[in-house]
Amino acid sequence: MHSQKLFIGSHAPYFHNGNSVASKSYNIMFAALPAVGMGIYQYGIPALAVITFSISCAMLWELIMNIAMKRPISIGDGDAAAIGLILAMLLPATTPWWIVLTGTFLAIVIGKQIFGGLGCNPFNPVLVAFAILMLSWKNYLDFDAALLNYDLGFKMLYPLGALKHFGINAIGDFTSQGLLMGQQIGGIGASCGLGLIIGGLYLILRGYIRWEIVFSFLIGIFVTALLYNISDPDKYAAPMFHLLTGYTLIGAFFLATEDSSSPVNLVPMLLYGAGAGIFTVLIRNIGAFVDGVVLAVLIFNVANPLLDKIRPKALGKGI
Amino acid sequence: MIKRPFFGLIQARLKYPALIPDQPVAIKDIDLSSKIVLLYENKTGQQNVSRLKAGDKVKTGQRLELFENTSDYIISTATGEVKEISKHTGYFGRNYISITIARNPEDQWDENFKTAGQAGNYEDVIKFLGALPGEAGLSTLLSLNPAEHPPINKIVIKGIDNDLLVANNQTILRTQLDDLKNGIDILSEIMHTTDIIFVVPPALKTQLSELGVTVKTVKPKYPNHFPHMIMKNVLREIVPAGKSPGDSKTGFINAEAVAALGMAFRDREIPIYKILTVIKKDSSVVMVRARVGTPVKDILDTLGIELNHGDRLVLGGPMTGHAVYSEDLPVMYDTDAIMVQGKKQIILSTDTQCINCGECIRACPAKVPVNMLVRVLENGLYDDAADEYGLFSCIECGLCAYVCSARIPVLHFIMLGKHEYALLKNAEESNA
Ligand code: SF4
Ligand code: SF4
Repeated sequence: MHSQKLFIGSHAPYFHNGNSVASKSYNIMFAALPAVGMGIYQYGIPALAVITFSISCAMLWELIMNIAMKRPISIGDGDAAAIGLILAMLLPATTPWWIVLTGTFLAIVIGKQIFGGLGCNPFNPVLVAFAILMLSWKNYLDFDAALLNYDLGFKMLYPLGALKHFGINAIGDFTSQGLLMGQQIGGIGASCGLGLIIGGLYLILRGYIRWEIVFSFLIGIFVTALLYNISDPDKYAAPMFHLLTGYTLIGAFFLATEDSSSPVNLVPMLLYGAGAGIFTVLIRNIGAFVDGVVLAVLIFNVANPLLDKIRPKALGKGI
Repeated sequence: MIKRPFFGLIQARLKYPALIPDQPVAIKDIDLSSKIVLLYENKTGQQNVSRLKAGDKVKTGQRLELFENTSDYIISTATGEVKEISKHTGYFGRNYISITIARNPEDQWDENFKTAGQAGNYEDVIKFLGALPGEAGLSTLLSLNPAEHPPINKIVIKGIDNDLLVANNQTILRTQLDDLKNGIDILSEIMHTTDIIFVVPPALKTQLSELGVTVKTVKPKYPNHFPHMIMKNVLREIVPAGKSPGDSKTGFINAEAVAALGMAFRDREIPIYKILTVIKKDSSVVMVRARVGTPVKDILDTLGIELNHGDRLVLGGPMTGHAVYSEDLPVMYDTDAIMVQGKKQIILSTDTQCINCGECIRACPAKVPVNMLVRVLENGLYDDAADEYGLFSCIECGLCAYVCSARIPVLHFIMLGKHEYALLKNAEESNA
């Protein structure tokens, strides 16, 4: 029964629908392009520099860790590049190179690789990095200070900062339409609401992110903000303002949906999304920080393993 | 290969094939092999075949017993001379004895079955029908040995095959209605039950009106036609995790086997021809009728299918078959399909970890928390897998591995897990 021809042996099934980690990462990066493009258009070469440097560094750290940990080289799967890109999208265009270098180190090494790499990170690596940067070099990441030298023809105030420091009257100039079109300062890829929505819907339709998380997150923000707004319209901004400013949209489509740190079952996804949304507004309205997305999502990253225990009973169990 | 749709939010619906009603079904007969290989599953693990040796002459339809002290037997599907008796190891270490017969072109039928038939006693006849085309373990299935299996009081006849692209049962429905009708009558008599349900996809329902049995339709969405799913969706009965429908006193049988039963009684000849679906490299399909024991190579040669180094040869369908290493393996009673895949079509598994993308959760019909299950299985925590993560709820449909973003061989992990768990439990029992 021996022949020269050797056949591939493997276990069923012999079909695969073609999903891969790489196609997922590259599609996420592709979906980020409208928002990123707008950022580059607004802030010019410095923005482009931050983005490219961030992607390169992230990939480099990944490569170094692969070699150091004697694991297969995994930069081809695009995950590191996507992390680099999303981190850059959160940063102001003027971020110094060493912050980018440190940030990507934190994301790839501390956020991802020390937990075991792809799929093993309990927190969103981008958020881990960003939270540490935010606490360490607050001034560099303060948009009003960082983008002082820009004049883009609209109000050069970070909307959430204005709201926090100067109260509701300071944000009167921001219209929903303007915010949607990116007439606000902020992270390179985080301020153009329309671009983010287009990219996000693309990812949802193509099934690369879980829509349940996106919508529950946005609804969580909307409802909480609405309740505050109703309780005291002179003090708390309208829900649309919260939806279109800060990291809300990038958070909904690109941050909260990170696979490894978010739940996969229906009810947990809804709780996770809504919870992060509610916390975001709580932090913005009564907390110490200007924006709440980063911390709110991180908190719910922590809660994820617990939440994801709520799952349907497997077939034939418990009878 | 069925790819993920561009808009992946809408899950790929894997559909069973549907033969178009009123269109003739073409079946290609392949029956020229000069060599027939019979595989006997050696359940008792005895070493030396004592009752058959190379050089023995056998007749078609002859009942061959290989060992002393067991009632297991195999039916010779050809007339000729035994050339070789060797051992063969199959899926998960199953032991087989392989018997190669140099075949005479003319069939000489063994008369014992006919004689038994003329006496008109079912029990004597059934002694020859332990396996039927489409059902390798008929006697087990019908629990003809009540000491070993609980008696069956309900029978479900499957009008559609378990796996994708495979259309054997549908072909039978289209071409052998009379045999089916006969078979159903006999089945009902042997089993002393009239509780027989025929399950078909909606398109085939009208064909069955004359059969006089309850007909239920099930949408042709994979894996709706798995016995566990039929139990749940049609009979509204949930089979407890790790149990089989047989434990709930329901027997599942393929339409092909029922038709074969009908034929056996009509012709007084043991059915030895198996219908198979041959799936070519471009996923096109040919229906074939071949003698049980025909080497796969003969079928591929007749159809002009060439296999090269690095291709994949699968016995069975695309979701549940077994990849094999040799073209010399024969068609068996339950070989429903032969699938060949070219090197370029094969998407190999990787050793990437689970990225928690959740695709498997959306795909799994048994609500198994696959993302967690692969983690515990990878770490060999079989007890946890069984107790908490639904290892035994899995019905082995393979959808999780089909959609897995990380291309983890999920089903392989699961099967290994089930196997290891059983070994563990056995060891514990024998230690206790
Ligand atoms: S093979 Fe996978 S998808 Fe199918 S039942 Fe088992 S765990 Fe679920
Ligand atoms: S489909 Fe694969 S990678 Fe995705 S959650 Fe399931 S096992 Fe993990």
